[in-house]
Amino acid sequence: MNFIALKMLTGDRAKYLGLIFAIAFCTFLLENQTSIFAGILRRTGSQILDVSDADIWVMDLKTEYFEQTKALKDTDVNRVRGVEGVQWAVRLFKGNPIARTLDGKFASCFALGLDDATLTGVPHKMLLGSWERLREPDAIVLDKAGYILLFPGEPLQIDRTLELNDHKAVIVGISDASAPFLSNPVIHTRYSQAVNFVGRERTQLSYVLVKAATGVRPQEVTRRIEAQTGLRARTTDEFRWDCIRYYLKNTGIPVNFGITIAIAVIVGTVVAGQTFYLFTLENLKQFGALKAIGVTNGRLTRMVLLQAITVGAVGFSFGTGLAALFFEITLREIATRGLVLMWQNVLITGGCIMLVIVIASLLSIRRVVVLEPAEVFRG
Amino acid sequence: MDRDNSIAVSTRGLRKQFGGNGARVEALRGVNFQARLGELTFIVGPSGCGKTTLLSVITGLLDPTAGEVGLFGEAIHRLSASQQIEFRRKNLGFVFQQYNLLPALTAAENAAVPLIASGMSWTEAVAKAKELLDHLGLADRRDALPSKLSGGEQQRVAIARALVHEPRLVVCDEPTAALDHATGEKVMDLLAANAVHPDRAVIVVTHDSRVFQYADVIAEMDDGRIVKTQEKKRSEVYA
Repeated sequence: MNFIALKMLTGDRAKYLGLIFAIAFCTFLLENQTSIFAGILRRTGSQILDVSDADIWVMDLKTEYFEQTKALKDTDVNRVRGVEGVQWAVRLFKGNPIARTLDGKFASCFALGLDDATLTGVPHKMLLGSWERLREPDAIVLDKAGYILLFPGEPLQIDRTLELNDHKAVIVGISDASAPFLSNPVIHTRYSQAVNFVGRERTQLSYVLVKAATGVRPQEVTRRIEAQTGLRARTTDEFRWDCIRYYLKNTGIPVNFGITIAIAVIVGTVVAGQTFYLFTLENLKQFGALKAIGVTNGRLTRMVLLQAITVGAVGFSFGTGLAALFFEITLREIATRGLVLMWQNVLITGGCIMLVIVIASLLSIRRVVVLEPAEVFRG
Repeated sequence: MDRDNSIAVSTRGLRKQFGGNGARVEALRGVNFQARLGELTFIVGPSGCGKTTLLSVITGLLDPTAGEVGLFGEAIHRLSASQQIEFRRKNLGFVFQQYNLLPALTAAENAAVPLIASGMSWTEAVAKAKELLDHLGLADRRDALPSKLSGGEQQRVAIARALVHEPRLVVCDEPTAALDHATGEKVMDLLAANAVHPDRAVIVVTHDSRVFQYADVIAEMDDGRIVKTQEKKRSEVYA
């Protein structure tokens, strides 16, 4: 009977393809939107994840997310170093100087000033040049996306100069830094250099990067730092999630994406549900004949479910393929780099599609189950 | 219930009401009916007289409001729903006015449906259905979809579907209503020649008087009752 169910389903090509399209469209939209949503939120913590040397970020007590910094006192580094369980602690500066090329092209940048002695937090993925050269005067490492933005159409080249807030800067390396939330160019330089670029203030220190001693859990070290210094200390992962939560709570991003995702589910359910229901209605006479012949309600229910699952599986596969193709293409674009189809989103979308299928098939199953087989005698 | 071995179907005092309170309709008003093995029994009468309702109750598709229904000595209305389905699957074959073939299946696959529903493998069932279609003169049409078949050919496929599992009772609801006279006669010829069997009863509901000649027994209904039963000699008609 399963084969009969599948033949009934595929026999009407137009309806079958319509159902596949509805599910595939719904799948594509869901996977696309949820992945972009997750990718954008991941970007809010890109620079945190890029600093793979440290376990812990120490900041002002009121800091809620990476972009929002209130300078610490220079002596806070030493206070943190004095906490038991801290293997080392170094400074990190974050600022937003304006970069200007000789052609007059300019952009607001995301500058990270690394500890002069250790260069902790340096980008490990270098495309050109060397981060060791950051020790040279005026040296900076610029990310590839920033380079393309500032020098559009030109090949990657080091030892070029540009101005950062009217100070000369020499590009000694081009990195593959993760895209920040706003796609600004990402600049890495020494701490002492960075504060010069941005302009000296009374206090400059944005963060203290900490490595927990071997055998001590970073969570335990954060607790000790907070207790002893009165500063806020978060592990890398906790701080990344703080950023995500901040953007979820304080921006329109979740609402915008939420609306699109809800529309995708509703439209998918309505279109797929209605088409599937109409398909069942048109086959009601045949289902009635099968009932009269002696096919049980249970078997007919399994037939309808098989039809629905088949449509769902084929449509979901097509939709996922389309979404994968979309991200394969956009992954190469500067603006959308780092946005990928995540397996978690595929899984969640699979769950949503299953829900759509269940809703769509329930109505049809009900119609078939309550069908009086005697109806088949009514011309 | 009737224990006479030649009696395939028997009803006694059969009543069937639809609706309730003010909208109650009494479709059957105490029907006493019999159909014997080896005979072609016609139930005839004007539209709305209760023919199809009687057929539905006899086959267990509708429950009677009152009265007794016996099929081969079994009180079908007393069986549980699942037992009724099982009984129908084994013992009954149906021919419908609108054929009700599955449009996505070929003629042979359509004819094989009762065998597949009984658990026979697809290949075996279709092979058996093809043999029967060959016998019914559809050898060259067995792989055609219903949409490519004429009305007469579709009804012949429907007859094959009703006979393929060798049921003991074949019920036909207006089998010629959608066909022209010549095609209707061909279908009835086929039905009379292939369905009638010493171990099988055939009940045909019709108001097409042009095919009454094929009947062994004609039960005439009016207003929910059998008003007249006429026995005929079909063999004489053919002679």
